[in-house]
Amino acid sequence: MLDQVRPLKPTTPEEVQAIVAEAGAHARHIEVVGAGTKRAIGAMDPIDMVLSTQRLDRIVDYSPDELVLTAQPGVRIADLEKICASRGQMLAFEPPRWTRLLGARGEPTLGGVIGANLSGPRRIRAGAARDHLLGFEAVSGRGEVFKAGGKVVKNVTGYDLMKLMAGSWGTLAIFTELTIKVLPAPRTELTLLLFGLADVRAAEAMQAALNGPFEVSGAAHLPTFAARSRPLKAEMPVTALRLEGFEASVEARAQALVAALSSFGRIDELEGEHSREFWGQVREVEAFAGDPRPLWRLSLPPAQGWKGPHALPGDALYDWGGGLAWLLTEEPADKVRSVARGLGGHALCLRGAEAFGPREGALGELQGRVKAAFDPLGVLNPGRMEGAA
Amino acid sequence: MKMPAPDDALIARKAEIVRALRRIVPGEGVVSEPAGLVPFESDGLSAYRQQPLAVVLPETTAQVSEILRWCQANGVKVVPRGAGTSLSGGALPLADGVVLGLSKFNRVLEVDYANRCAVVQPGVTNLAITGAVEGRGFYYAPDPSSQIACTIGGNVAENSGGVHCLKYGLTTNNLLGCELVLMSGEIVRFGGKAMDAEGYDLLGLVTGSEGLLGVVTEVTVRILPKPETARALLLGFPSVEQAGACVGDIIAAGVIPAGLEMMDNPAIRAAEAFVGAGYPVDAAALLICELDGPEAECAELASHVRMLAAQRGADFVKTSESEAQRLSFWAGRKAAFPAVGRIAPDYFCMDGTIPRKALPQVLTRITELSAQYGLGVANVFHAGDGNLHPLILYDADIPGQLEKAEAFGADILKLCVAVGGVLTGEHGVGVEKRDLVGEMFDETDLACQQRVKCAFDPGLLLNPGKVFPVLHRCAELGRVHVHKGKLAFPELPRF
Repeated sequence: MLDQVRPLKPTTPEEVQAIVAEAGAHARHIEVVGAGTKRAIGAMDPIDMVLSTQRLDRIVDYSPDELVLTAQPGVRIADLEKICASRGQMLAFEPPRWTRLLGARGEPTLGGVIGANLSGPRRIRAGAARDHLLGFEAVSGRGEVFKAGGKVVKNVTGYDLMKLMAGSWGTLAIFTELTIKVLPAPRTELTLLLFGLADVRAAEAMQAALNGPFEVSGAAHLPTFAARSRPLKAEMPVTALRLEGFEASVEARAQALVAALSSFGRIDELEGEHSREFWGQVREVEAFAGDPRPLWRLSLPPAQGWKGPHALPGDALYDWGGGLAWLLTEEPADKVRSVARGLGGHALCLRGAEAFGPREGALGELQGRVKAAFDPLGVLNPGRMEGAA
Repeated sequence: MKMPAPDDALIARKAEIVRALRRIVPGEGVVSEPAGLVPFESDGLSAYRQQPLAVVLPETTAQVSEILRWCQANGVKVVPRGAGTSLSGGALPLADGVVLGLSKFNRVLEVDYANRCAVVQPGVTNLAITGAVEGRGFYYAPDPSSQIACTIGGNVAENSGGVHCLKYGLTTNNLLGCELVLMSGEIVRFGGKAMDAEGYDLLGLVTGSEGLLGVVTEVTVRILPKPETARALLLGFPSVEQAGACVGDIIAAGVIPAGLEMMDNPAIRAAEAFVGAGYPVDAAALLICELDGPEAECAELASHVRMLAAQRGADFVKTSESEAQRLSFWAGRKAAFPAVGRIAPDYFCMDGTIPRKALPQVLTRITELSAQYGLGVANVFHAGDGNLHPLILYDADIPGQLEKAEAFGADILKLCVAVGGVLTGEHGVGVEKRDLVGEMFDETDLACQQRVKCAFDPGLLLNPGKVFPVLHRCAELGRVHVHKGKLAFPELPRF
């Protein structure tokens, strides 16, 4: 039904402001989307219209020397990555697309990726999307145009509303401009592979790698079913550790890491293009694309990551040194959430159940007050992030 | 700088307030005698002083909760305080308020190497966290220059930086969780040992909120394995422009140094006279560039950086050959503030950030302003991330000089904003830059921020007089203006 509502596609911040102010005045509710590739995540109360930021698609300024890029929210991630690459730079948080994973069409946008705070395997080293948002302009649910942060890499003036907006899933305000930090892209990368480790043993290997001075920028563990595809084509579990940087440095760290992991068995290497292809698959959780079972993303203390899937029958693979467990399971949603919380983390459902857990207690009330501060009438993405009713 | 007018009725209730606090925190945990209050009169921004009504030093989260609940019920303002090293007056007391000191929360509760984190109380010093984990080859990355004294709770409140934050981030990029007591006395926890948390990122929001949203009673920080080695280079240039261009070249070459600092000639001379770090006293600008990682990487990048510096006309180049020498290179920079303190009775440390390309223009203008105000200035600069620390020299005993220094500082910060930068890179707004916030943010921007304040502290009792030039009542800010019936932009196509 939602798909039948033709989205409004404003081309200026003034138009965004006008639409939101008008919606507020008439008690209307807006679904906020970029390309709409993540709209299936999280239930929403009924809406009257869809607003897409896709036509706010200008790159406003790119200053490679200052490590800063300013763009409108509708700019496509693929285009941003191309422009950064042309200057030897990158979006260091390695934004995932999840389009195949979610069976969605379209190319994710900057506003969408930051709004959902999506980060890839490099998150363990470079930080999350939220760590790279330096400033923004937006229209709040009150229909007010406002800004926060700045256009320089170091700034503590005023509250850090960037952190609040990143991962707010369009429930507080609609971005009209974002300034992000960009970083030099590594000259080279190399992936070390360990074979046949059980989940617990793999967690130990990843811990040994991350606890030493090796600057590991990707640490994933794939069970057999996930290791079968290209470029690994392995018939056993594979644990992968990525090293990136200048050639001499990668070489030296690889040597030291191989020595540190000698008790974990045979070690192979994946170089260049193969390494890139492999981490692209980890980032996109390719192994789980097309599977009809409910899909969960468990964020857990890394050393305890394997315990989540072990308490919940299904199939799992691990990223972020074990701190991110992807899980396909038919277990009831409240059970998945309670296992994750019991281990000191949380679970987000991407497919097959309500995405967000219910808000509870003093913290839940505080979250509600923060929402009301920006959107007291509940104009934007009503009900999203508030958990199952 | 003016603080809000104190409420005489509250001051008259001092005895009652002290009694109530003593019921919650017995014994020596409540200070109310004027002599005992003297150490709390100011923080690192010593130009401003004020005695509070009382100081309370709780030992448990439950006590903090009870204190805040009582103060909220009784309309008493509260100023949280860590070690009191703020350079922006974040812990400046109020005549009609209570200072809540966290110095007794000084324990490292847990070090979890498997999850690369430490759970600590807010009164633990920044350096003590590294001290607790370095035996196993770990450290806590953010390193504000006050790290011997400043506490992690204060670091969270101010989102503190340091010389290594270009590569390793500020406090906010190195936290996993915290426990926070709201002004209502409610205790909430954000995050934990996982890499992200559910719901809005309130941990990120509270970090850098300058004690206006809640009192931090526990912090979970990330700890990192120490780099295998580190090497520092000293690069002297005949002009500031050349040094600035060299910084751009280093970044453009894909090198993110662990630290990249610049000092101008007055700062070089002051530091050299103070510690004898071997700085070139005739250089117009000095870069200190630190590279860390495997030995092979440091060696390769050091030679690359030396080449870039030579191409930009560096006439003094020195590379550290030992750990002791590396530390001696840093000794001058780290002592820059006290060094400047020796050449002038008082100084103000400014903290704007600018786009690096504007550096020559900004430094030229600062020199002009220095002549105009008749006050000396020395510049130290986190060059990698554009964070400028001009030190304005003055003598508070000469009538009018403090006001002059304040005006000079305000002009510098306005200049930073005018060239596309910001008022504060790491020291916070506090009281020092409070009245300049309007240079960066308009009324609507500030209203959005203040509504966040209202979501946490609707009575506006936590650290008032800081950050916001004017604190509007929450009821007034919360009002929703509905543009009834008027169709804005009727010509807008509805696609």
